[in-house]
Amino acid sequence: MSAFSPARPVARFEPAVMRRKFTGTLFYGACLAAIGLLLLTLVALLVDVFVRAAPWLDVGFLTGVPSSRPARAGILPAMVGTFEIGIIVGVLTFPIGVAAAIYLAEYASDSRLNRLLQTNISNLAGVPSIIYGILGLALFVRALAMGPTILAAALTLSLLILPVVIIASIEALKAVPQAQREGAYALGASRWQMVSRSVLPAAAPGIMTGIILAMARAIGEAAPLILIGAFTFVTFLPNPISGQYTVLPIQIYGWAQRPQADFQGISAAAIVVVLGLMLVLNGLALIVRVRLSRHIQW
Amino acid sequence: MIDREIAADPAEFGDVIELQDVSCWYGSFRAVRNIDISIARQRITALIGPSGCGKSTLIRTMNRMNDLVPSYRAEGRVLFESQDLFAPGVDPVAVRRRVGMVFQKPNPFPKSVYDNVAFGPRINGFKGNMDELVEHSLRRAALWDDVKDKLNQSGMALSGGQQQRLCIARTIAVEPEVILMDEPCSALDPRSTLQIEELMAELKRDYTIVIVTHNMQQAARASDTTIFMTMGDDRAGYVVEEGDTIQIFTNPKHRLTEDYVSGRFG
Repeated sequence: MSAFSPARPVARFEPAVMRRKFTGTLFYGACLAAIGLLLLTLVALLVDVFVRAAPWLDVGFLTGVPSSRPARAGILPAMVGTFEIGIIVGVLTFPIGVAAAIYLAEYASDSRLNRLLQTNISNLAGVPSIIYGILGLALFVRALAMGPTILAAALTLSLLILPVVIIASIEALKAVPQAQREGAYALGASRWQMVSRSVLPAAAPGIMTGIILAMARAIGEAAPLILIGAFTFVTFLPNPISGQYTVLPIQIYGWAQRPQADFQGISAAAIVVVLGLMLVLNGLALIVRVRLSRHIQW
Repeated sequence: MIDREIAADPAEFGDVIELQDVSCWYGSFRAVRNIDISIARQRITALIGPSGCGKSTLIRTMNRMNDLVPSYRAEGRVLFESQDLFAPGVDPVAVRRRVGMVFQKPNPFPKSVYDNVAFGPRINGFKGNMDELVEHSLRRAALWDDVKDKLNQSGMALSGGQQQRLCIARTIAVEPEVILMDEPCSALDPRSTLQIEELMAELKRDYTIVIVTHNMQQAARASDTTIFMTMGDDRAGYVVEEGDTIQIFTNPKHRLTEDYVSGRFG
């Protein structure tokens, strides 16, 4: 097109195809090694736990209560405690976390305050859980006089994982293309219709993934619960709003620190139970996820 | 607030949309200035001009879609059926229900073909026979034969041209009065482009269409009226010339228009 064309520089290429291909192969190998290492560790851990747990895992263990004699000890109170806490935490954090994320991602203007808020929520997600234990002790156990109960524990763990749920949900909402929002608006959708029928269903899988990870964290926590009064030896099924309780991680902690080998065994068995419970809760989350995105077909 | 009854007699006005001294701003940057144009009823109006001259801003002003852009604001009057769209109390949701939009990149929802078309009627409280409305809309968009056996498949699985026709079907399902098209064919191959143009010619019996296009042949082929915009030294877009498409392309009044339509621009 143009009348002026600069002199063509002397071409000197060194394609080095072999070397570039080698670099690619090297990187591929490194990725493979990383995933291999990860799988190997995981499998080794699982095998070790299952081998130790196998002799102790039976119906009596699942339906029994803790005992000073390992052979008669059971896990039921801790299992029920963890389950009750899991349900309360899920019921609280799911609506509150998602609603907060929807507000920050879809409603609030992109102001400095909004960004400050989001940065702070991200930081909260990194605060050590023991700090939340102190907060829970001061706020729920003492100030609100709930005492060392399941409810106080569930509220404390909800505070602990809310930032994670909010951040994951915001990311999932932001990942929905702006064109989807405009498409809904162009048909006369109100903001709420746009959010509820277009953006939220499209973001649901990402949101649920965040919630699953957060729930796993809540269920695996022991540190903050020790601080707010979970017991290691509870021989009855806990009432959510009054009385003593324990949860699986604390039960495991209690048994694992005993010197006798048999207690190590039932500790391993309890770990298997935690893993099982985690699977059940993740299954629930999966059902919610499928229901939410029933009509979504990317 | 946008009241259908006030403009009950369409014959009374030749123009559906009228822009009076409209300027659009992004913060302190003026994107278009002092626009005075009118959009004729049941005609196809093409907006042409070089990249960055504010065509998209202007078309997105006509249904207040640009309200979504932070720092955007419009001055002047945008009359739709002689009511100012930017008057206080006018709900942009009600505006967009009557002034629909098709975008540059096809943006079907990640839902089935059926649900894509039914989306608009559902959110607008449609009470009739949805199956009929969906079929009718898909037929009007010349897509029915392509998709009648895969209404339950994802709209995202269609080809680019089919996706764009799905977006048109989705738009006409809520029966707007105006359809704004922001470069609807720029992501499509020539054959799909031609299909869309034929569809537009068919749709103008019922709808007023405004189309932004970079494709001069498309404007010449498909539109009745052409508006040529360019931008000044302050990078604010303005209208150079507005007229019958044939006149703009064969006998432009301005040198700038002549340079542009003959490809001598820049």
